[in-house]
Amino acid sequence: MKGRLTPYVLAFPAWFWLAIFLVVPIAAMASVSTQTGNVIDGFVQTLSFSNYTDALGRYSNQLLRSLWYGGLATVVMIVIGYPVAYWIAFKGGNRKSMYLFLLLLPFFVSFVLRTISWGFLLADDGILLGTLKNWGLLPSGFHVLATTVAVVGGLTYNFLPFMILPIYVALERVDPRVVEAAQDLYASKTAAFRRVVLPLSLPGVFAGVLMTFVPATADPVNSQILGGTENTMIGNIIQTEYLVNNNYPTASALSFTLMAVLLVGIFIYARALGTENVLEAAATR
Amino acid sequence: MDPVNDLAFLRGMTQSRTRRDAFRIAGFSAAALALAACGVQGKKAAPPKADAVKDFWAKQKQNNQVVFANWPEYMPEDKGPLEKFKAATGISYEYKEVINENAEFFGKADPVLRAGQPLGYDIVVMTNGVQLQHMIELGYAVPLDHAQLPNFNANAGQKYKERGYDPGNTYTVPYTSGITGIAYNTKYVKEDITSIQSLFDPKYKGRVGMMRDAQEIGNFGMYALGIDPEKSTQADWEKAGAKLKEQRDAGLVRKYYDQDYIDAVSKGDVYLTMAWSGDVFQRQLAGEPVKFVVPEEGGTIWTDNMLIPKGAANPVDALKLMDFLYQPEAAAELEEFIQYVTPVPKAGDILRAKVATLKGQEKKDLETLIGSPLIFPTEADYAKLRTYTKLTTAQEQVFNRIFQTVTQA
Repeated sequence: MKGRLTPYVLAFPAWFWLAIFLVVPIAAMASVSTQTGNVIDGFVQTLSFSNYTDALGRYSNQLLRSLWYGGLATVVMIVIGYPVAYWIAFKGGNRKSMYLFLLLLPFFVSFVLRTISWGFLLADDGILLGTLKNWGLLPSGFHVLATTVAVVGGLTYNFLPFMILPIYVALERVDPRVVEAAQDLYASKTAAFRRVVLPLSLPGVFAGVLMTFVPATADPVNSQILGGTENTMIGNIIQTEYLVNNNYPTASALSFTLMAVLLVGIFIYARALGTENVLEAAATR
Repeated sequence: MDPVNDLAFLRGMTQSRTRRDAFRIAGFSAAALALAACGVQGKKAAPPKADAVKDFWAKQKQNNQVVFANWPEYMPEDKGPLEKFKAATGISYEYKEVINENAEFFGKADPVLRAGQPLGYDIVVMTNGVQLQHMIELGYAVPLDHAQLPNFNANAGQKYKERGYDPGNTYTVPYTSGITGIAYNTKYVKEDITSIQSLFDPKYKGRVGMMRDAQEIGNFGMYALGIDPEKSTQADWEKAGAKLKEQRDAGLVRKYYDQDYIDAVSKGDVYLTMAWSGDVFQRQLAGEPVKFVVPEEGGTIWTDNMLIPKGAANPVDALKLMDFLYQPEAAAELEEFIQYVTPVPKAGDILRAKVATLKGQEKKDLETLIGSPLIFPTEADYAKLRTYTKLTTAQEQVFNRIFQTVTQA
């Protein structure tokens, strides 16, 4: 009898956790997203799906912009992160763990503080731009803050380790002997990389994209601290609707839309990559 | 069947879900949905009955402790006034700088108070705006017992007793007031700014900072058009919104700021910006090249107010602390640090007496402080100042939408 129940007992905490912290909040949010009312008189369920069309009508710009910024930052992260991960995995020698530690070191500082220090670093007459301007390398009116570059740069910087680590793990697992074997079979170094190492590391890239694209797209902090007048992202809008306007239905409808768009995007991406089972690919990277 | 060693069973527990599972999960979610479908209850509160208020206060006892939730930089580092309060009354205090924004604070407090749970603070400080109005309307603020506020009644300036947003100080007493005007960096701006039109001057393209808060920026849009926000209508808001949108689309505005405008203007990222008086004053004393003006077309005066949130554990102690801060000595000590407008005019006399005892730079700084119309405004100054537009809940949605379309493009 005891033996029969063991797997259920063991699985219970996980299911319980999911039920309390995922299913119930999501259900509550779904419910709120079709309610109408205001914070003083309360909200009632009216099944008004027009909340969705209204919200999308008003905020489609910010939603598309977020996907664009998130996507762009993710691509930049792959371009920067892959070589770093490759270098640590294959050339890091016995200092690998130190390099990984250095990579994670900035993460001992809070996310918001890191972003604010970027603001100081990139100030118009700050350490970086001020110096370049003094040398006459930049025109005096030049600025990075309050531009798209600053926001995408901030996103890239803040999420980069979450791209590097999974790629590193995937590359680390590549047996150097398969590369040797490829070379024994007359593959050039490039061909060995392209046909052996790269395919083996793709699950890592995939996991990295999952771990960075989703939070980067939804992030409200970078655009608020580093952005200008036309860099508002969907995360800022959700925050404003929820906390400032106390318009819980619109905020919930937007959150759901964002979730749906991200999920669809990820499944399309998985298909394009030829990964049959998205989550499995992420888990067995 | 032995499930532990039954591989098929284990696989079933761990493998990916099939379509039938999807339906099952959907069913489960639907059940949860039904649970959540009851909606968020409204809790509009009726005005308090005098008897009920009396009964409430008659039942409360002093607990010799108080938790004070306030904004950053609103209390001297050494917590002087609070220490003196402790020495005088034996009530120990906990001081927390947890409020950074009214909307955010209300957004976090609302679900807690709605559920009837205590916030864990005995005094909170909120600006006279829609959120404070919500706190009062929803019955989240405990009506004050004026019999226990002798210092407030004796020392608060008359202007601070006639608050449109809380007649008769039923729920709140002012902590400090401040003025929203224009700050500019004298390193980059070589003229004397006097008019609000400078914020719309193409000369400063990309170097103008505006505030993100709908009420703050809304007021400035209205001043620019010669509209009095206190008497404004929806048509006025729309005109102001259009004016501000024009300003943005012409590339004049660099960014819509929260509190970070002050760093931006003192670093020179923006040359001029909407600003709060006390922030600029603190920077000036730190030697930074910033100057503050109230535009001739008008500026905004706002008040941060102390209130006791519903469910507070130590209301009597909270009331005692509120009242203590209305002793001129305590108010003067606070004012010297905060540098906004104190609600206690007698604090000025104390500071003037203190000037005589000081020497050198300290003396000069304090003289500047006392002499400043931003800290002790004259009647003529008050005449230029307006409060925020008073909004009903329905109007608030319209108002916010008009100005958020500008600030959150």
